[in-house]
Amino acid sequence: MKMLTLPPYLSDIQRDIEAHAKKYGLEFFDTIFEMVDYQRMNEVASYGGFPVRYPHWRFGMEYERMSKSFSYGLHKIYELVINNDPCYAYLLEGNSTTEQKMVMAHVYGHCDFFKNNLWFSPTNRKMVDQMANHGARVRRYIDKVGIDEVETFLDVCLSLENLIDRHSPYIRRPDPTPEPEDLDIPVEVPRLTASRGYLERYINPEEVLAKEKERLETQRKTQDRKFPKEPMLDVVTFLARNAPLKKWQEDVLNMVISEAYYFAPQGMTKIMNEGWASYWHSTIMTQDALTDAEIVDFAETHSATMAVSPGGINPYKIGIELFRDIEDRWDRGRFGKEYDDCEDLDEKLHWNRRLGHGRDKIFEVRRIHNDVTFLDEFLTPEFCWRQKLFTFEYNKKRQGFEIFSRDFRSIKQKLLGQLTNFGQPFIFAENANFKNRGELLLLHRHDGVDLDQKWGRETLLNVFRIWSRPVHVRTQIEGKPRLWTHDGKEFSDSPGE
Amino acid sequence: MSILNIQKDHSRFRQIVRGKIKQNLKKFISKGELMGRKGKDTVSVPVPQIEIPRFRFGSQQQGGVGQGEGDPGDPLDQGEPGEGEPGKAGKDAGEHGVEVDVSLDELAEILGEELELPRILPRGLDKIQDTRDRYIGIRSAGPESLRHFRRTFKQALLRQISSGIYDPKNPIIIPVRDDKRYRSWKTEARPHSNAVIIYMMDVSGSMGDEQKEIVRIESFWIDTWLRSQYDGIESRYIIHDAAAREVDRDTFFHTRESGGTMISSAYKLCADLIDESYPVTEWNIYPFHFSDGDNWSVDDTLECMQLMKNRLLPKSNMFCYGQVESPYGSGQFIKDLREHFGGNDAVVTSEIKNKDGIVASIKEFLGKGR
Repeated sequence: MKMLTLPPYLSDIQRDIEAHAKKYGLEFFDTIFEMVDYQRMNEVASYGGFPVRYPHWRFGMEYERMSKSFSYGLHKIYELVINNDPCYAYLLEGNSTTEQKMVMAHVYGHCDFFKNNLWFSPTNRKMVDQMANHGARVRRYIDKVGIDEVETFLDVCLSLENLIDRHSPYIRRPDPTPEPEDLDIPVEVPRLTASRGYLERYINPEEVLAKEKERLETQRKTQDRKFPKEPMLDVVTFLARNAPLKKWQEDVLNMVISEAYYFAPQGMTKIMNEGWASYWHSTIMTQDALTDAEIVDFAETHSATMAVSPGGINPYKIGIELFRDIEDRWDRGRFGKEYDDCEDLDEKLHWNRRLGHGRDKIFEVRRIHNDVTFLDEFLTPEFCWRQKLFTFEYNKKRQGFEIFSRDFRSIKQKLLGQLTNFGQPFIFAENANFKNRGELLLLHRHDGVDLDQKWGRETLLNVFRIWSRPVHVRTQIEGKPRLWTHDGKEFSDSPGE
Repeated sequence: MSILNIQKDHSRFRQIVRGKIKQNLKKFISKGELMGRKGKDTVSVPVPQIEIPRFRFGSQQQGGVGQGEGDPGDPLDQGEPGEGEPGKAGKDAGEHGVEVDVSLDELAEILGEELELPRILPRGLDKIQDTRDRYIGIRSAGPESLRHFRRTFKQALLRQISSGIYDPKNPIIIPVRDDKRYRSWKTEARPHSNAVIIYMMDVSGSMGDEQKEIVRIESFWIDTWLRSQYDGIESRYIIHDAAAREVDRDTFFHTRESGGTMISSAYKLCADLIDESYPVTEWNIYPFHFSDGDNWSVDDTLECMQLMKNRLLPKSNMFCYGQVESPYGSGQFIKDLREHFGGNDAVVTSEIKNKDGIVASIKEFLGKGR
């Protein structure tokens, strides 16, 4: 990627901010900043940070959406940073110097997180090159088979790209490919053991053995051969390996999968990553980098980033507050049995064991956690209360959402529920030989929320387009089991058995 | 080089959108779907099936976690849950389409392509200048009505902090004259070619809501098309029963009278309006008249024909008459018109049976390229 050098005054600032970041113990890949105008910024953002990606209309759609919301003044992308070695980061031309400083400090927070958070460890640090490579390959296929065919197939792949197994890069899953079952190998009939040789023909009579052999053979011919053996969460990879695809299609699908896995950790650590970067821009700016004249500008920009709304949580805000809370708890020793057992609220409020472990603790947290474990371990009732968190539910009578509860347990449960599997439904490849007819059965593991049927039928059609035999998904609607089926022509919704 | 990438992907996206609009245009027209979605220069078109489908949760069961004041049971009044967040259902999740803003020009172009409408060569391309103000900057002097609150506040805050009179415990900010900041504007001029559309409609008792809806839909598309052919367009509205009067757009579509019908009254008013305000050298003039075809008397019909021949046709680009079918109308007027002006290109007549007939009728009106 060709990068323009920063204007000298910003290079100086970059050197300063980088030195501050290092002084605090942040550790990152080389970081290259580029200054771009808002059009270019929107462009880069539309491509998820990689302007070299394969061509597809949805990037154009994203671009239109961003440009429009920018021109209405609804949003402005301050910063964009790419997990790569070196890290590439973009600064928006026309921002004030104060804003650029803050963005740089924020970016170093992200870069440190990318490099040191374990969930990012399997990501490709040369992704810029790989994306460019993918782009070149897709363009070659377009030249070969035509834009329409490639585009239609990409539409199908992208429709399924969320059906991955987000934990699979970190653990070894059993190999789902079936053992070759050769019908030519004769069936072995198990025999009962005869303790004396002469008893053999009484214990295992020939005619019984022959009958049993016949029974096993018919059974083998007629039984459903279930495949994969265990339900497989990585549905797209299953399809890439087993669906009847052309070479180029398989290649395109695998590209989409590898890009989905590259982006997955960013989804899994949104709160932490933004929280960490905000913690550091705030720290570096207020402790080191700000001049007196810049304070009000900084306060305005910072508070805009931290704005909260009743309709959802702001990851920047929750993230930074939780990191600060952890730091405070480990500085003052507000954790452990002694603290938990203390029933004197006033004593708890002024609790201070002068441990001073806060900084070390948050560095450790940023290394090993993702959003789910982060909230699971560190969200406390006091925190929820201080941050005024609540859950909301849809009220059918009122036809609108309303505040449901401020109870700690339900807040935590809801938050974790939303984050698990990146807020996506759990869908498994259950049986590729459903009804013994080579049809594909998917299984939706219902966790309390139904699938949307209108979206489901369209998506199922796309599964069919890859599998090219009828496809099914077993799910639940309003507590009753349902089986959705698409045979390429028609969608049907029948009671599941 | 990569600038080109997004341009390609963006134009590909627009191409897909255009294709979808074209496919659905006739449905949009006959259902009158786009009219409520018109902004100043754009129409927000619901484009079906463009977003990439995913397995996703139904939005209503989901609920979520929010932050702020309020007690259990209070409605969330601001910030729709999950709006704009990827992977979460927005308001229109179930409809599985996206709203795309299409400029009126582009919509007209699509209409033109789909109905194969010829372009109009405007007559009398006069260089009339139009001016427009744009608010683009900030300055430290100006009228109070243009004061920029946020900038002023910030300026005052800065001054109070630096002069040591800011008290964090009692953070009252009082701007003084020097703190005030105002929006500033620039005036831009553009050349112009003009057209005026004069809509006339029979509002006597026999014209029902259904008939008026048809007229409303037609006028939207006629406006859209003619707007794309001229820089500036004006619309005037005349309603009539036994007498005619000029009204605003809203009254035009919502008035119901019970009197008799004298079409000549409207034609006369229309001719007066043209004489008064629209010199033929500067304006392209389009009278459109809609009725159910009933007129009071043969004499009045004859008078209409005279008015058209002597006063309206010499000044108009074309004269359009649309007859909507109603259970009460005799439908005689269109026959009379055809008898008198058959073979005259400047007179276009069209019968509209129901909403499905709108598309064909628009094509009849606008297919002449005048």
